Amino acid sequence: MNPPVIELHQVERRFGTLAAVDGVSFRVERGELFGLTGHNGAGKSTLFKMMLGLLEPSAGSVRVLGTPTRGAAFRAVRRRIGYLPEQLALYDNLSGAETLAYFARLKGAKLQQVVPLLDKVGLAHAAQRRVGTYSKGMRQRLGLAQALLGDPQLLFLDEPTNGLDPEAIHAFYQLLSELRAQGVSMILTSHILAEIQQRVDRVAILKAGKLAALGTVQSLREAAALPLGVTLSTSRPLTTDELARLDRHAPLRQAADAGQLQLACPPLAKMALLAEVAALGAAVRDVRLAEPSLEDVILGYAGVTP
Amino acid sequence: MIDLVAIRTVAAKEFRDRLRNRWVLAVSAVFTLFALVIAYFGAAQQGEVGLRGIEVTIASLVSLVIYLIPLIALLLGFDAIVGERERGSLELLLSLPISRAELLLGKYSGLAAALSMATLAGFGLAGVLLATRLPFAALYHYAGFMLSALLLGLAFLSLALLVSVLCGDRTRASGAAIALWFFFVLVFDLLLLGLLVIQGDGPAGSLLPWLMLLNPADLFRALNMFGSDELRAFYGLGSVLPDLMTQPLLLGGLLTGWIVAPLAVALWRFR
Repeated sequence: MNPPVIELHQVERRFGTLAAVDGVSFRVERGELFGLTGHNGAGKSTLFKMMLGLLEPSAGSVRVLGTPTRGAAFRAVRRRIGYLPEQLALYDNLSGAETLAYFARLKGAKLQQVVPLLDKVGLAHAAQRRVGTYSKGMRQRLGLAQALLGDPQLLFLDEPTNGLDPEAIHAFYQLLSELRAQGVSMILTSHILAEIQQRVDRVAILKAGKLAALGTVQSLREAAALPLGVTLSTSRPLTTDELARLDRHAPLRQAADAGQLQLACPPLAKMALLAEVAALGAAVRDVRLAEPSLEDVILGYAGVTP
Repeated sequence: MIDLVAIRTVAAKEFRDRLRNRWVLAVSAVFTLFALVIAYFGAAQQGEVGLRGIEVTIASLVSLVIYLIPLIALLLGFDAIVGERERGSLELLLSLPISRAELLLGKYSGLAAALSMATLAGFGLAGVLLATRLPFAALYHYAGFMLSALLLGLAFLSLALLVSVLCGDRTRASGAAIALWFFFVLVFDLLLLGLLVIQGDGPAGSLLPWLMLLNPADLFRALNMFGSDELRAFYGLGSVLPDLMTQPLLLGGLLTGWIVAPLAVALWRFR
């Protein structure tokens, strides 16, 4: 089996008495699209900086592409990773092509990559324009092109779709899936959880510097055993007996009013509840199920862990 | 191990930026203009207009340049690191295979090249325009003035980069740069003068010339004024200066120390 592209072991980072990251361990496997999420101040950025070798851990070890981030050998690794920072700041006075050429030289990447990369992110038409005239979406795409210089094996994307419109977000993930098909591993953070939960293979959830959860979105949902939200539209008020039968499977969240009934259904009781609903026949006009999002999972964890 | 390609890449960008936004052109023009105006009109308060002896011209130029060049160098350099840090581009740069030392040296080299070019072009052009009117020996003095002006600029640029590394944000860095300018250009000599008045005949009085070595601006003044017998006589300084203070090589070496030392501290503190 291939070694993991990222390996964190009991990583800790303190700022004074505050533990920004506290005993975090996980691995990101080769070819994986890994999500890192958590509330603001949960330690995502600090963890990212340590993985990029910008910040030294107070304790524990961080290995990226098999190399410890502390030490001189990591310099060579920097050529094989790409980084798109959250606060992307580029040089307004340079053109798109000049910006990429500058970063290519610093990264030791081929200058011949500049034109194809601009093309790849859809900026070929603006290559000679000053970055100062670019829109937010264009800057972000230029930032991604910069991260792709030197054909990196591993991409660090910090809130990559922040401030992009839905169309641009779609195009962005399109590009990510192409890269993934080429075998590029990626770790990305996002606070828009609904956005990444469809796309990541696994996710790590940080809470107050600690790893609160780690796994596939599906497994986290099951582990959290969050109830499905079930909404029934009824054509007549249900009898007490009928309500009691529904309540046995899924506790009533809200009393029936205006022909609406809301239930919180545990995942495993879903089919049994639906059978009861079917038995009500014409009394039920419509059923809607709402799957818990990853956001709910986090909120769930937030409620459980002190 | 230091990667020269990384340093050159950063330096080339900084230099090109200053060419492109016409910084070099503007500063050169200011230098040429001032040099010519001082050469022609410097003696106006004595009721004459026109070229005078090169020593007096240089003395007037020195008293202007001693204010102007430190200010220009500090304003050029204070933003170099803290600006990238505040904008957020520093993180991206450091994620690339470039060390902090290389980034700092690249920044310094590029800005130093821009400042040197402006100094040499600005005063050089003035020198060329004056050349036909002045004896050859005078041009030798003028070349010495240009070289020392260059060293003065590079020393204050080095201080500016130290400020840029130490300060957490641009506002503080610009404040610190201006404060340094006030201190070295205005306050320092006043303090020395005060010391002299209080302690003129005591041991502190004889210390005074040595204290001047602690200020790059004073070193620059010493280089241009005390090296000339005529000027020493002019200022009545012949008797009070130790011999060491009239050695251009020694003074130039000390001024070079003012280039190296702040940069070395900046390299050490840039973590």
